[in-house]
Amino acid sequence: MGAAKTFKLFKIRGGVHPNDRKHLSAAQAIDTLPLPDLMHIPMQQHIGAPSAPLVHRGEMVKKGQLLARSQGVISAPVHAPTSGRIMGIGSFPAHHASGLNVRTITLKPDGKDEWIDDLIGCDDPFVLEPDEIAKRVAAAGIVGLGGATFPSAVKLNLRKRYSLTSLVINGAECEPYLTCDDRLMREKSAQVLAGAQLMARALGVEQILFGIENNKPDAQAAMREAATAHSGVHVIGLPTRYPMGSEKHLVQTLTGKETPARGLTADIGVVVHNVATALAVYEALHFGHPLISRVVTVSGQAIAQAKNIRVPIGTPISHLIDYCGGFKETPARLVSGGPMMGQPLPSTRVPTVKGSNGLLALTDNELNAAPEMPCIRCASCVKACPCGLTPLEMAANIRSGSLDASVQLGLLDCIGCGSCSYVCPSHIPLVQFFNYAKGELASRQRSQHQQGETKRLAEARNERMEALKRKKREAMQKRKQEMAAKKQQAAETSENDA
Amino acid sequence: MTEAPLTAGPYTHSGSNVSRTMGLVMLALLPGTLFGLYQFGWPAVFLFAATVLAALLAEAFSLRIAGKPVKPFLFDGSAILTGWLLAMTLPPWAPWWIGVVGALLAIIVAKQVFGGIGQNLFNPAMVARVALLISFPLEMTLFTQPAPLFSNSAPGFLDSLAITFGQSPQVDAMSSATLLGHVKTELTQGVSVDAATASSYGFWSLTWGNAGGSMGETSAILLLLGGVYLIYKKIITWHIPVSMLATLAVVAGIFYFVDPSRYLDPLTHLMSGAAILGAFFIATDLVTSPISARGQLVFGAGIGLLVYMIRTWAGYPEGVAFAVMLMNACTPLIDHYLKPRIYGRDRKGEPLNYADEKESA
Repeated sequence: MGAAKTFKLFKIRGGVHPNDRKHLSAAQAIDTLPLPDLMHIPMQQHIGAPSAPLVHRGEMVKKGQLLARSQGVISAPVHAPTSGRIMGIGSFPAHHASGLNVRTITLKPDGKDEWIDDLIGCDDPFVLEPDEIAKRVAAAGIVGLGGATFPSAVKLNLRKRYSLTSLVINGAECEPYLTCDDRLMREKSAQVLAGAQLMARALGVEQILFGIENNKPDAQAAMREAATAHSGVHVIGLPTRYPMGSEKHLVQTLTGKETPARGLTADIGVVVHNVATALAVYEALHFGHPLISRVVTVSGQAIAQAKNIRVPIGTPISHLIDYCGGFKETPARLVSGGPMMGQPLPSTRVPTVKGSNGLLALTDNELNAAPEMPCIRCASCVKACPCGLTPLEMAANIRSGSLDASVQLGLLDCIGCGSCSYVCPSHIPLVQFFNYAKGELASRQRSQHQQGETKRLAEARNERMEALKRKKREAMQKRKQEMAAKKQQAAETSENDA
Repeated sequence: MTEAPLTAGPYTHSGSNVSRTMGLVMLALLPGTLFGLYQFGWPAVFLFAATVLAALLAEAFSLRIAGKPVKPFLFDGSAILTGWLLAMTLPPWAPWWIGVVGALLAIIVAKQVFGGIGQNLFNPAMVARVALLISFPLEMTLFTQPAPLFSNSAPGFLDSLAITFGQSPQVDAMSSATLLGHVKTELTQGVSVDAATASSYGFWSLTWGNAGGSMGETSAILLLLGGVYLIYKKIITWHIPVSMLATLAVVAGIFYFVDPSRYLDPLTHLMSGAAILGAFFIATDLVTSPISARGQLVFGAGIGLLVYMIRTWAGYPEGVAFAVMLMNACTPLIDHYLKPRIYGRDRKGEPLNYADEKESA
């Protein structure tokens, strides 16, 4: 009996209380978006290797048909969001701050929205074996829908390597503005719960903990009601504090245990999945529907009408904006995700992807930006950091080029939550520094690896060449000897003849 | 100062800024300052104005020379605050040039030479005060009895101008020692603490602010209120003030317990001199204090201990400025060794290992 048991919560360090502005969209029930004229489905919508296209230009596809298969263990397939004709496979601006092109399949919907014939659903998916559940989740292209987009099936297979005790469903939704998970829990609580139970079955755990921040009382109530008849399911109210939805901090709040540095929550027996992922798992196993749409919160003070919309993957974000009545005023920033960890979008042409949980059109008033001033060592960032880091010192080291020193200070333990930048009175773009340093370190590592490889290959080649020469020499020598032997023989025979 | 295109969030902000931080500190200082100005009359007002003005001019001058934009830095409030805090530690009837020289030392030597705001190792106001104390011991130790504005004992406006900006014999006539100074003098002459304090101020006059001393040494209660306000507003945390005052009180308590005739009681230690001002407004200076909570506790305790040692055994009756500066010098060291524990790691920085725990359990 979940609701009756009161859960002891543990305190996490740091955190901030940003203005959540969830009221803009919280009352809006999930809408269904009319199909756009053209859809762009990127091959890289997840962490890991991009998927490989299986269709060709001009081909007619049906809704849910496999468009591209996953490549490798950490990858995910991509499916057709609706029926229509493949217009091409080429490059298109990515749903990313860089605006760089990625491999993308362009689909022109035919308006029939016809499903493929051979959907493999299951009326009672609870009879499926754990391995089969994970297999179907992988085949459905489900990735972490909280924004991290890590292939979910990989996480469902963790039971093979770790001894697990519980599944945590992350309904914290601590990012300001976002209400998509809130709406899902209110409107589809039974399905979300069933999805969570299927994942628990795949993981082989009995206990399911729903962590929901206390600023979503309706979602808590809905999930509690759905959970009453089920044992082992606990719906737990979390203090409203950013970044409560950080996987490791959520688990610490619920269990009191810290995930070891550089490790996984599975190290302490817990696997975390997002609410929207749970729903996707349910739909994949029950109806056989692959992941071809997701709920997106469109919000921000520059949007005419904030909404929560179920969006087919691949829909251009301009279509979402139009559906919400367009802009009230020109937004100062267009952000994908929440305002704390989201990414700026270079244009409205880019498509919606699996990881898009929010689309925010923010005004200057909301950005609250100001010119950067020198650090006054006020230590607000130290107090705000949920990871116990010293952001001011890390940034100072990165500024002076001492990346190694910043690593010593814990750069790689930074989760990039942005709490430090949020509180900094000097408006120092701390996260920008950290992201730069992380990227720089990664590229150094790559080039070091590359150098090592080049060296190894060059040495191998030298050796091969040496061996070849040696062989040639030996062969020459041998031939010479043979020639000499022959000559001698010839001489001998001629002598004999004479 | 450049607005580079940011590709990393967050795309929202708490709205805090440097000016707001400095402004809140000044707001917290205001009650104590106004009361001090009232207590010591026009000369104090003139000295205060001269010091703050000199600090602002010195800041503008330095920024100009350094080629930094003057406007945003001048009005971030840090220069005014430095001048303000310095003025709080001066004898209220000191001549104008004490304040001006002090302000120049604080802003130019102690702050801008190090690279401006955020870069200084030592608290600028304390550097200036210590330099003044050593260079001008006479002017820096001539304290007056409070003579509240508009009271009979207060000098008039013109007399006050003469006190601050000219030569006035009135200062000598009004002069008196601070309690700590008085006790120190008496003790060296073999008078016991009881006898020395009997003729001096009581605990309440120190608390409310009827005692002689610098402006920042007057009303302990108003300064305390300001300090609590700063903690409430989250500009400072409780760690430095509490650890400094607690250490001072505990050490004073131990010695008082051992020999009350030779050592002042802890309450007088807390309420007299610059203990409260120092604990809430000077030791907590953001730039020159440690950044971690544990570091701040060590820092505060160090100041408390040094204040007691200087007051009791060194040549000066009051030691907050020296104590703060000595601990400022230790701040980089403290920050190096006392960092917060990183999530998922032990104090040594190694990843947590639950396997070990299970084995030992």
